[in-house]
This record gives sequence, C-alpha cells and structure tokens, in this order.
Amino acid sequence: MAVLGSPLRILRGLLRELRHANGRAGRPYRDTPAYRHILAAFRAHRVTSEKLCRAQQELHFQAATYLCLLRSVREHAALHQEYHGKGERSPEEVAGLVGFRLPQQPGGKG
Amino acid sequence: MWRGCRLLLRGRFPPSRLLRPPPAAAGCLPVGLGGGRAYVPPAERKRFYQNVSISQGEGGFEINLDHRKLKTPQAKLFSVPSEALAIAVATEWDSQKDTIKFYTMHLTTLCNTALDNPTQRNKQQLIRAAVKFLDTDTICYRVEEPAALAELQKNEWDPIVAWAEKRYNVTIGSSTSILGPNIPASTKETFVSHLASYNMWALQGIEYVITQLKSLILSMGLIDRHITVEQAVLLSRLEEEYQIQRWGSVEWAHDYDLCELRARAAAGTLFVHLCSESSTVKHKLLQD
Repeated sequence: MAVLGSPLRILRGLLRELRHANGRAGRPYRDTPAYRHILAAFRAHRVTSEKLCRAQQELHFQAATYLCLLRSVREHAALHQEYHGKGERSPEEVAGLVGFRLPQQPGGKG
Repeated sequence: MWRGCRLLLRGRFPPSRLLRPPPAAAGCLPVGLGGGRAYVPPAERKRFYQNVSISQGEGGFEINLDHRKLKTPQAKLFSVPSEALAIAVATEWDSQKDTIKFYTMHLTTLCNTALDNPTQRNKQQLIRAAVKFLDTDTICYRVEEPAALAELQKNEWDPIVAWAEKRYNVTIGSSTSILGPNIPASTKETFVSHLASYNMWALQGIEYVITQLKSLILSMGLIDRHITVEQAVLLSRLEEEYQIQRWGSVEWAHDYDLCELRARAAAGTLFVHLCSESSTVKHKLLQD
C-alpha cells in the first residue's frame, strides 16, 4: 500500500507551502481560501465512526498529493530561475569570462 | 540529447515530457537578431491583478482575478465542477509574484484542456489513446544487462505488475525483447471498460498522467491510491535513478526533470481525484 506520512506532518507541510506560495504580501496567508479549506477538511474528517474510513483515506492521499505538487512546483521554479532563466550572455560578458576585451573600432567592423 | 536517444533505443516513447508548453501570452522575440545582439528571453506577462477569489456560477465554480472572470485560451468561461479544484487553481494564480509563469500552473493547464478540448477527442478516442500505452508500458520493458539494473527492475517493478494483475484480474507479464510484452486482447478490454467508468474530465487527467509517466500501470496505481506520487515517479525513472546513483546527479538536468515530472504527475492525479469524487458528510449524533 502507499506509504504516506502522518496526517499531522502533511498538514504542517501544506501550511508551510502555502506560506511560501503567498504571492502578494497584502493579505496574510491565513486569509486565503486554500488555508481555510484545508483546515476545515482536516478537522471535518478527524473523527469518524468507521475503522477504515474511505473518505479519510482519500483525503489523506489527496493532501499528500497536493503537498507534493506545491513542493515540486516551488523547487522546479527555483531551479529554472537559477539555471535556465537568465538568457544568453552578451559578447562583452563572454569575452570578459576569459579576461579579454572586445576591440573598439570607431569606424565599425571592416 | 544523448539521454533521449538512449531511451528511444529501448523502445520507449520520445521524451515529450522534456518539452514544456510555451507560455500562453508571451511576447515575441526581437526581430533581427543579427549584429551581435544577445538572446533575451521573451518578456513575460506581469501580474495584473491583486486579488484572486472564487464564486459559484451556473456551470460550476469560477475564478475572479480582481473583478474580471478568468477565461480559457479559447475564450470560454473558466468553470470547474469541484470547489476544492477551484481553490487549488486560485492558489496557483495567487502564488505568482510579479510575472506570471504559466509553466508552473499545471492545474490551470489541465482545466483549460478539459474545457477547450483542443484536440477534439471524444471519450472513446481518449480511452483508446490511454490503453494504447499498455503495449509500450515502461514497467513491462526489462533489460538483460547490466545485471544490477535487471535485478533492480525485477525487485521494484514486479510487485506493481502483480498488484495490477490481481486488482484487475488480467494478464500482463513483462518481456526483454524489443517488441515488448504480448498483451492479450482481454486485458485491453478490461482496461477499456474500467476507464469508461470515469467522466470526461477525469479521463483527460488520466491520459495526461499516463503520457507523463509513460506507463499505464503506474498511473492506475496512482489513481487507485496504491502508490504515492513520489514512488510512481521513482519507478517511472528507475533506469535514470540507477545511472544517477552510479555516475552522480547533475542538478540542472536531473533534479530539474525530477521536480517537473513530480509536479505534473501530482497535478494530474489530484485533478483526476477531484473531478471524480463526490463527497457526502453524514453527521451522527452522539448517543449517551
């Protein structure tokens, strides 16, 4: 069967990811509908009369999947920004990498 | 590129997951790149909205960016059947800082695909496309050498194949030949009838996950909650992980691909589950 983390850990991870994913610093992340929905869903499914509650397991799996989604999107964006987000270097920068300077030709290239 | 060629030789599908969809609203490259001009990435759209909120319309839940309603690329109104899905899409839009990075918004892309259906496929064609992957399923293709990799494949992939065979009451098997396993027609019939029980939206999600993981069996394991997303991605990339353990990991390629595959698989799985669930809460009173 799927090896999921404990629900508490997943919940804390989700809230941490939501805090990182908060774009505009205007609203605190506790105000967002995602925060409220996740907390409400976890609270609603906490107590159940069945031993193997299917809805509880579904929520557990969905929460773990969403956590994986948020975490990997954030890491992917960070990697993209670091390695692939900067475009090419200009010829002056490339020359500067090996210590050269491009010649200055006031009349343009011959 | 050589990595892609090596995987092609094994008979897998070309690594289409390496191709990222172009941003939906990107600016054009500056014309006339001659004369020593450096390549500048196309300008991205700035974040033009402050607040993202959800409202309920006739067709479902809609997303509001400030006061404007979100629309799909084909200018249809963006409305989803599930509230949790709408909240997740709103979170995606809300998490964009300064510029909008469409390549990080996987759930939005999936919803747009389900709403627009740009390839104009009906349910039968989607199911046929999904089951066609079974002929070239990753975890049915085994190597013979190096022996360590063959052993690893046997230990990791055999339990999943056995689980699928037991759960769906089919025969799948595995093979080391380049032609792949011989899947009997009854197996495909079983999967076709199983997939027909999902609605159109969920089928789009299922087909997306299968295309990303290159395996129908792993996707069914995810949909049935038998394995987690991290496990499914690891099993799909088993050979690459083996080579990484041997030769080392290159962060800007291996980790990048791993994070992207995890994000896409997680988005697809979440999309399928949110589109095919229906929850009812029965409150019971405590009897003293």
